[in-house]
Parts: sequence; C-alpha cells; structure tokens
Amino acid sequence: MRRVARLARVARVLLATQYAHMLEYRAEIALWALSGLVPLLMMSLWIHQADMGVAPSGGGAASGAELGAAIGGLSRVELARYFISAFIVRQFTVAWVVFAFEEDALQGRLSPMLLQPLHPLWRYLTSHLAEQATRLPFVAGLAGIFLLLVPWAAWWPAPGRLLLAVLATVLAFAVNFLVQCLIAVLCFWSERASALERLHTLAMLFLSGLMAPLELFPPAVRQAAQWTPFPWIIHFPARLLAGAELDAAAGFAALAAWLALLLPLTLLLWRAGVRRYAAMGS
Amino acid sequence: MGRYLKTLRRFWGTALASQTEYQANLLFDLLAMGGNLAGSLFMIGLFFQGGRGLGGWTWPEALVVLGIYTLLDGVSSTLLRPNLSRIVTQVQEGTLDFVLLKPIDSQFWLSTRTFALGGLPEIGAGLLLMAWAARAAGARPSLAVVAAAVVLLGTSLTILYSLWFVLATTSIWFVKTWNATEVLRATLTAGRYPVTAYPQTLRVLFTVVIPVAFLTTVPAEAVLGRPSWPWLLGGAGMAVLFFALSRAFWQLALRFHTSASS
Repeated sequence: MRRVARLARVARVLLATQYAHMLEYRAEIALWALSGLVPLLMMSLWIHQADMGVAPSGGGAASGAELGAAIGGLSRVELARYFISAFIVRQFTVAWVVFAFEEDALQGRLSPMLLQPLHPLWRYLTSHLAEQATRLPFVAGLAGIFLLLVPWAAWWPAPGRLLLAVLATVLAFAVNFLVQCLIAVLCFWSERASALERLHTLAMLFLSGLMAPLELFPPAVRQAAQWTPFPWIIHFPARLLAGAELDAAAGFAALAAWLALLLPLTLLLWRAGVRRYAAMGS
Repeated sequence: MGRYLKTLRRFWGTALASQTEYQANLLFDLLAMGGNLAGSLFMIGLFFQGGRGLGGWTWPEALVVLGIYTLLDGVSSTLLRPNLSRIVTQVQEGTLDFVLLKPIDSQFWLSTRTFALGGLPEIGAGLLLMAWAARAAGARPSLAVVAAAVVLLGTSLTILYSLWFVLATTSIWFVKTWNATEVLRATLTAGRYPVTAYPQTLRVLFTVVIPVAFLTTVPAEAVLGRPSWPWLLGGAGMAVLFFALSRAFWQLALRFHTSASS
C-alpha cells in the first residue's frame, strides 16, 4: 500500500514539474505541432484527385462537396475525415525518446538518473505526457481551423467510438514510444542510433497511413505493411476517430500484440545495456 | 573574388578530410536516401492508379518534379542544414563574434563553412532521375531549353537557400529555431508534387506566398522543354527578391546582436 502511495506521489510530482518545464517551451511546441501538417497537405491533394475523377476539366474543385467524387472507394467526406483524424492522432503519438536520450547520454546527465530509485524511462514517459498536454490547445485550434476550411466534412464521433479512438491513440503512443525506446537503448552499443532513427522515421512516414489511407495501397503492399507496427499507430486510430467501418477487435489485438512483444524486449535490452554503460569524463 | 574561391576550397577540403573518418555514416545515408526515394515513388504511383494523372502531368513528367525535389533535398542536407544549424550554436556559445571579426563577408562564412558528404548521393540521384524522366517524357533538349532549365534551377536553389538563411537568422532573437526549420521542411514537402495537383487556393498560396511552385514545378516545366518567358522572369524576380531579403535581414539581425559574453 505504501509503495502505491509513493508511486502515485512520484508520478504526480514528475508530471507537474515536466508540465511546468514544457509550458516554458510552448512557442517551440506550437511550431512543432505546425510541422505535423503533412497529412493535411495530403488531404488537399487526395480530395483534388478524387474530384478529378468526376470532372476531368477540374473546375470548382475548392467549392463544396461534389456528390460522387471518390477514389479507391473512399468518398471526399471520408478522405477529409480520415486525414484530419490522422493529423490529430499523429500529434498525440509523436515520440522523441531517441533525441532526448542521446543528448542525456552525451552530456553525462544519464549517470545521476541511473542512481535514482526510479527507472529513467519513467522520466521520459512523463515528459512526453506533459508535452502532449501542452500541445493539446494548439492541436485543437489547428484542427478547428481545418474543419472551417472543409465545413462539409465536420463530424462528431459517437461517444463509444470517441472513447475507443482515445484508447487506441493511447495504446498507439505506447507502441511508438517503445519502438523509439528500443532504438534509444541501442545507443548503449552503437553511436549510430540516430541514423537508425532516420530509417524509422521514413518507414513511419510512408507505411503508417500519414500520406495515404491504406485502403488506397495495392493489396499486397497493404498486407505487408500490416505486419509492421506502423499502420496500427496512425491508420487504425484515425479510422476509428473518423467513424469509418472497421474491425476494431483486430486493431486492438495488433496493438496489444506489439506491446506484449516490445515491452519485455525493451526492458531486457535496457538492463543489458546499462551493464555495458560506462560514464564518460570524471 | 579569388580570395573567396580560395577560402571555399580550404573550407571544403577540411570538411572532406574530417568526414572520411566516419565512413559507416555514409552507409546509413545511402539507405535513408534509397528508402526515401522508394517511398516517394510509391506515393506518386498511388496517385496514378486508375489513370487519373496528377494535376494534368503524366507519370514521367511528375517524376521530373520528384527528381528536382530530390536534388533540392540533397543540397539541403549537403550544404544548408550543416551550415545553418551551426548559426544557432554560435549564437548560444558566443563564437559568432569571432566570425564577425574575420575580414570576410559573414554571410558567406556562415553559409559555406562546411559540407556533408552524405547528401551528395542524393544530389546525384535527383539529377539522374530528372534527366531520365525528362527523356522518358520525350523532352528534346535544345540549347535554349537547357539554358532556361539551368537558369530556373539556379533560381530555385537561390530561393531555397534564402528561405533557410532567413529562418536561421531568426536565431539571433530566438536562439532556438530547430522547430522553425522543421516547419519549413514540412512545407517544402509540398514540392514533391506538381503545383497543379493542389486545389486552387493552395496553388495560389504556393506560388505567391511560399514560393514552392518556383522550387520544383517551374524548373520542371523548363526541363520538359516548355519554358515560358513569364515564368522565367517571375522565377528570376523571386530569386533576386528573396536573396536581397536574406541579406537585408542578416544586416538587420546583426544590429540587434549583442555579444553573449559582456
């Protein structure tokens, strides 16, 4: 019982201090939220593309919803809702453990963290959560502006759906966080962890559904992509939030499976890595 | 002029010498480049499913745009990112003062001090893709077309450089600008596709406000053998305007620069 009370206190203090820290960087975080606009850029491309199928002359593409405009079985409204959802989901699943960890290891801040009776990964987790809380108002504002630009796509998900979408986003964040932790832990063995992170970013960009919903992929590529964690991190929660027809059980099963695989693997590698770790300097 | 060329040779000679020490990085750079190119090709391929074309561009024509985008991305990783991200560090650590004291143009020093080998393959790949796709699209290179293409690629690079430099300059006031460059990078990804593929409002925005159209689409038109005087003049005007802006902005920033240690 006392352990639980201690944990709760540690969590509260960590979250409060990290939130205060992140609030100082709110301008930075606002800019960062703005740099996640790629899905919205892709939205305008895909909707324009869907309109082209209806009116090859291309007139009046920007005005109002054209009935019947569709591409690969997705209507204009579905496309718009999907990409706005993907934008929101992306904002709350971003992880940057690799960069924070690399800097901490390089500057020698990791050593004192290892001495504390608290797993350093908790510290990173709370700072991510605090950063997301700081980001929330900017994301809400940006999503609002974009809904104003495509008012015909405005929707409010059913309460049950919304709850499932939030749950899926939280799980997706956990998976993405663990993938990044895994890459960060490789820092113990190699200085190339950030190069590996670049490859991870690329896979995330093209396979997660940020640039195109997976429904538009050729079936073989789509099936191959679904064996990676990436589509479950963006595509699945975004479809849930957009209120699309989908097999929710399969999505949650995939997320749970990735969590079950990544969590023990990360912790094991962390323990092996810390044993190898030798601090630099005096 | 000769002094600047000589300095440039020394700068890049030392950069080359120090980078051949880290050969494993090059492998990862190549892998990342391959992945990026494969992903971009796949995405453009998705747009062409069902034979709709992309904003009136055929498949090889759209690949010319992608080739130019890859070229610009390569130049960013070779020259712009390594140099301009250092301005931030120099402001923080106060070493900017040493640069300002040198008997050489400070903007030149800051923009050319080093280069990253890792971006060169991307420049090569971009040029190859551009040339191959232009041939596949049936472009017949005449002297006038090549000249127009070279001029417009030059204006595109000048605009790109000026945008980066202006953003890096803001670090004099804000110190941290890493996220601002991320916003620029995200916006420039719009240049992967011909500007006509976007809806009307964005097309205007990308031509007049953020000159994404002048970065890839306009040079691509010239490479494909359909350069036109209005675009040529527009591109040149934009390049001169943005370059002058970057210089004026740097002079203004320097007046606000108070050295870190005093």
